[in-house]
Amino acid sequence: MPITRSKTEDTLRKLAAERILVLDGAMGTMIQRLKYSEEDYRGTRFSDWPRDVKGNNDLLILTQPDAIRDIHLQYFRAGADIVESNTFSSTTIAQADYGMEELAYELNVEGARLAREAAAIAEKEDGRPRFVAGAIGPTNRTASISPDVNNPGYRAVSFDELRIAYAEATRGLLEGGADIILIETIFDTLNAKAAIVAAEEVFEERGERAPVMISGTITDLSGRTLSGQTPTAFWYSVRHSRPLTIGLNCALGAREMRAHLEEIARVADTLVCAYPNAGLPNEFGLYDESPEATGSMVGEFAEAGLVNIVGGCCGTTPDHIKAIADAVRPFKPRPIANPPVKMRLSGLEPFELAS
Amino acid sequence: MTINAAANFVNIGERTNVTGSAKFRKLITAGDYTSALAVARDQVENGAQVIDVNMDEGLLDSEKAMVEFLNLIASEPDIARVPIMVDSSKWSVIEAGLKCVQGKAIVNSISLKEGEASFREQAEKVRRYGAAVVVMAFDETGQADTFQRKTEICARAYRILVDEIGFPPEDIIFDPNVFAVATGIEEHNNYGVDFLDAVRWIKANLPHAHISGGISNLSFSFRGNEPVRAAMHSVFLYHAIGLGMDMGIVNAGALPVYDDIDPELRELCEDVVLNRRPDSTERLLEEAERFRGGPKMEEKKADTAWRELPVKERIAHALVKGITQYIEEDAEEARRQAKRPLDVIEGPLMDGMNVVGDLFGAGKMFLPQVVKSARVMKQAVAYLTPFIEKEKEELGLTQKAAAGKIVMATVKGDVHDIGKNIVGVVLQCNNYEVIDLGVMVPATRILETAQETGADVIGLSGLITPSLDEMVHVAAEMERLGLDLPLLIGGATTSKIHTAVKIHPAYSRGQAVYVQDASRAVGVVSALLSDEQKPQYVEGVRTDYARLAEQHARAQEDKARAPLPTARANRLNPSFENWKPVKPSFLGTRSFREIPLETLNQFIDWTPFFQTWELPRRYPDILTDEKYGEAARPLFEDAQRMLEQMAKEKWLEARAVVGFWPAAAEGDDVVLFKDESRSERIATLHTLRQQMQRTNNRPNLALADFMAPIDSGIPDWIGGFAVTAGIGEEVMSERFARANDDYSGILAKALADRLAEACAEYMHMLVRRELWGYAADEKLSNEELIAEAYQGIRPAPGYPAQPDHTEKKTLFALLDAPEAIGLTLTESYAMWPGSAVSGLYFSHPESHYFGLGKIDRDQVADYAARKGMERAEMERWLAPVLNYNPHRAAKGEAA
Repeated sequence: MPITRSKTEDTLRKLAAERILVLDGAMGTMIQRLKYSEEDYRGTRFSDWPRDVKGNNDLLILTQPDAIRDIHLQYFRAGADIVESNTFSSTTIAQADYGMEELAYELNVEGARLAREAAAIAEKEDGRPRFVAGAIGPTNRTASISPDVNNPGYRAVSFDELRIAYAEATRGLLEGGADIILIETIFDTLNAKAAIVAAEEVFEERGERAPVMISGTITDLSGRTLSGQTPTAFWYSVRHSRPLTIGLNCALGAREMRAHLEEIARVADTLVCAYPNAGLPNEFGLYDESPEATGSMVGEFAEAGLVNIVGGCCGTTPDHIKAIADAVRPFKPRPIANPPVKMRLSGLEPFELAS
Repeated sequence: MTINAAANFVNIGERTNVTGSAKFRKLITAGDYTSALAVARDQVENGAQVIDVNMDEGLLDSEKAMVEFLNLIASEPDIARVPIMVDSSKWSVIEAGLKCVQGKAIVNSISLKEGEASFREQAEKVRRYGAAVVVMAFDETGQADTFQRKTEICARAYRILVDEIGFPPEDIIFDPNVFAVATGIEEHNNYGVDFLDAVRWIKANLPHAHISGGISNLSFSFRGNEPVRAAMHSVFLYHAIGLGMDMGIVNAGALPVYDDIDPELRELCEDVVLNRRPDSTERLLEEAERFRGGPKMEEKKADTAWRELPVKERIAHALVKGITQYIEEDAEEARRQAKRPLDVIEGPLMDGMNVVGDLFGAGKMFLPQVVKSARVMKQAVAYLTPFIEKEKEELGLTQKAAAGKIVMATVKGDVHDIGKNIVGVVLQCNNYEVIDLGVMVPATRILETAQETGADVIGLSGLITPSLDEMVHVAAEMERLGLDLPLLIGGATTSKIHTAVKIHPAYSRGQAVYVQDASRAVGVVSALLSDEQKPQYVEGVRTDYARLAEQHARAQEDKARAPLPTARANRLNPSFENWKPVKPSFLGTRSFREIPLETLNQFIDWTPFFQTWELPRRYPDILTDEKYGEAARPLFEDAQRMLEQMAKEKWLEARAVVGFWPAAAEGDDVVLFKDESRSERIATLHTLRQQMQRTNNRPNLALADFMAPIDSGIPDWIGGFAVTAGIGEEVMSERFARANDDYSGILAKALADRLAEACAEYMHMLVRRELWGYAADEKLSNEELIAEAYQGIRPAPGYPAQPDHTEKKTLFALLDAPEAIGLTLTESYAMWPGSAVSGLYFSHPESHYFGLGKIDRDQVADYAARKGMERAEMERWLAPVLNYNPHRAAKGEAA
């Protein structure tokens, strides 16, 4: 069966050619504000669940749907064009920590549906089209790092286990109405590659290719992903998915992210998306960068022509998103890079071979 | 370091190819993956830009070997930095390999050998996995040998890939087959030329596609004559590259440069490769032997210069680079040089690990490298262990169990455990038993395990923000359960300041220690588990944390304050459901004279006594302290003797007055009533409220919060006290002054101060158990008393919870202290005699000591009004806690 490119991708590319689009901010930060108790997380449906579920933020999709929809709506109203479904950990692998593997599919369907409902409300309010990115997180296991230093060849999760879990999540997200598949917070590129294969499989099933956004995470001072890749090497590793966007999120604030973002913006022949944290956490683990500060730094990304889509990650709120939306409004979107055709490979570092 | 390697010709090593390297095949079939990795590392160090991994050996489970080796390479950043070529003739092996590489690899190879359907399927998968692909010029009828066949097959494959599958043309690499020439079979003579012509054609006709080939086939006839083979390869590549071949499987470093080849040999080779003369094969065969013994091709050695370094530096190098290859050899050499085998671990190995820790901390090493370093460490330790054991036996030492037992866990709500695992390994390397509870571990399980297993240390790890609070919770639970094990804190969001300010105060029974990174864990744990080192180490940590906490408090206080109404709204509302205030055994005051000094002796907290003498160690450890013990012991003996004398000869008299009154909180004040009818107010005690901006759930405290509110209707009581052990102090001091005995004078005063504190402690106990009687069943040891393990507090005016000394005026009036015990206040509200303590008693179980921090203008104005004092005067008394400069007008008042 031929796979057609979804109309959403054309719509998004057209919109992105006109202006810088805005993604939402942190879901976790907003949920934290609600100070939910173990009981709130459980709701009535899981009141007898044998394990603690507090902290399973994705579960709130089922137990506190109104609150989650409301957070999405707050972000839309703050100026977001795209919100992420609250499904970061809605894979069988990540949910295994709570013994909730069986809920994974339902979480994805309902998570996407809630975000879509919020989108419908926002669209009705001002007539602007809104989009739902079905969020797919990294899971809590890495496919290319051994958890056992004495046995570096060991892997706690296999590519196929990840692929199967990701396919289920992707299927659920699209079923629930997600417009985009967002593979994000990528610590280990091999996990992301499993998610890409999974997405391709689901697209094939459905006969339609949804736009894919890919967002890596530079985790430490060495300027690499947790699994050791440089930003360019990371891009070369995932470029085959022909994503709508490539970019970075989490771990760093806008200030620390800029150099790595610039590297990607220089080499990527697709849209670039950045959603940094609200600064680095202070010594108490709190993000205290003000909306104005985040806004002005992300605004500078726009002014420097580095971005096509911007938003916020940990610690950002609707106020941050509003500040970001205001800050990028005056600037033109980044022109898509057009690097010469070369074979580009990567290990931990990039490699290119001239044609 | 190559940041963005670019090349026109990619040199693909074939030494990690079991079909291309006998040595590698032997290593793999023998399961010696460590040496096999060294081969890969050599290749990269020799300049291979891509490494080819091939496990196609009949006796091997190729799929398993491929996965195993690629996973191992992924843990070796020095190797993994370059792209991998996953090489197999079996698709299943290729696919298994692709599932192990995070980078963009090259598949070698697929072909039309089994028809278009399987070619399409495999190509589509390669595209999804995200790899470039080598396409062999091979179809249903066989391998392409002629120019015609080569170009036909490549064109067909290209169309399918690019037009049908959407494969990026720049990711296609054609291998038009290098065949052996000079075989003696005439039709083979043109194989070199056919290949070169195909290269030219592909470059011209199949845009962006690349060309590769396995070069060594070319010289198959000259097996055993490496110089000739190398020259043939060099000549062939020279021409092929000139035509556009951009990749080749070549033994990196083994090729001579075209221009450096003996001109005679070069020409002979060129004749063969380019099929320039009919007799070229014969000519080369004839001359080949002449060149066999010729100058050997200089094989570029792997960087082994470090092997020349002294053994200590070699060990450090091996640790930093994560090289296990020589570690046993080096450990052995170091062992022979060392006095004791253990010295190798504690010396060169730990030094090396510290270098690793520093580099990691500075962002100069990243995670996989550190994990490797730990492994080198572990192997070295494993090597040395038998020697250590043997030494123990020889010395008749008993078999020593693990150096200590550590329970480690990533706290509840957090799933990140890489750092914790590293710490675990490093500790195990150092002979500690590590019980790793994994991730998302609730406090109860951590503590139960620690108790059940008799752990010596608990280590907590966390990466995400909420873990910080969970760690404080675990610390508080340890406190509550009465544990006193050292508590190690680590993980990305943790910090020394957080440990000092949040975790350490929650856990006063034991010691929480922030461990910056894995390399420091051993030092910390060994200090904490050493009877000799622990007291000094803990003292150092505590001093450091106190300083940090103070700095932090100061930094905090410079920040904005919460407006008074906000702070008040965030008051503490202690539970009066679980606590019903107890009516004291009497109301009003009662005084006590001639309290026996012998009784008070046992309540003395000696640590501050030694601090007075600038001996900053805890009692009783100080008596055996290596550094201070020698000074502390005679001092302590002198003190004991003097105390005895003081009691016997009644140098000093200890007195106390305590009082209880019906009372209630009214806002930030406590109102005292004359009697139980609670109709007539006799006094108001004023308290101050914290104004720090709270970002957590913690309240803005005032002492009044510990009392039942006036409108609650709950009867509550407050107590007050003043004690002194200084009656006679003046006379005593003068006597020593006259005798020019400063030592005894200071000793006596120091003891008088301690006795006054001891008296306060003693009276507080009497109050709790009898006089007020709210804790009649309390049974605590002296240590527990000093550790304030009881219910209720006795804050003193002028101290952190209530810095306003003027409140003593009200207290002294209530107690009638001058009349009752001869204790007066100076105009500065200092007590006289000086060895005295006064304060309030609060009984609520939730009452606790706190620091007021800085307060703002609004509260000072309010407080002054409540006390009926001028604001300016109030500001004078409260100067140390003002958050503003009272001499500068407030913004609103300036205009």
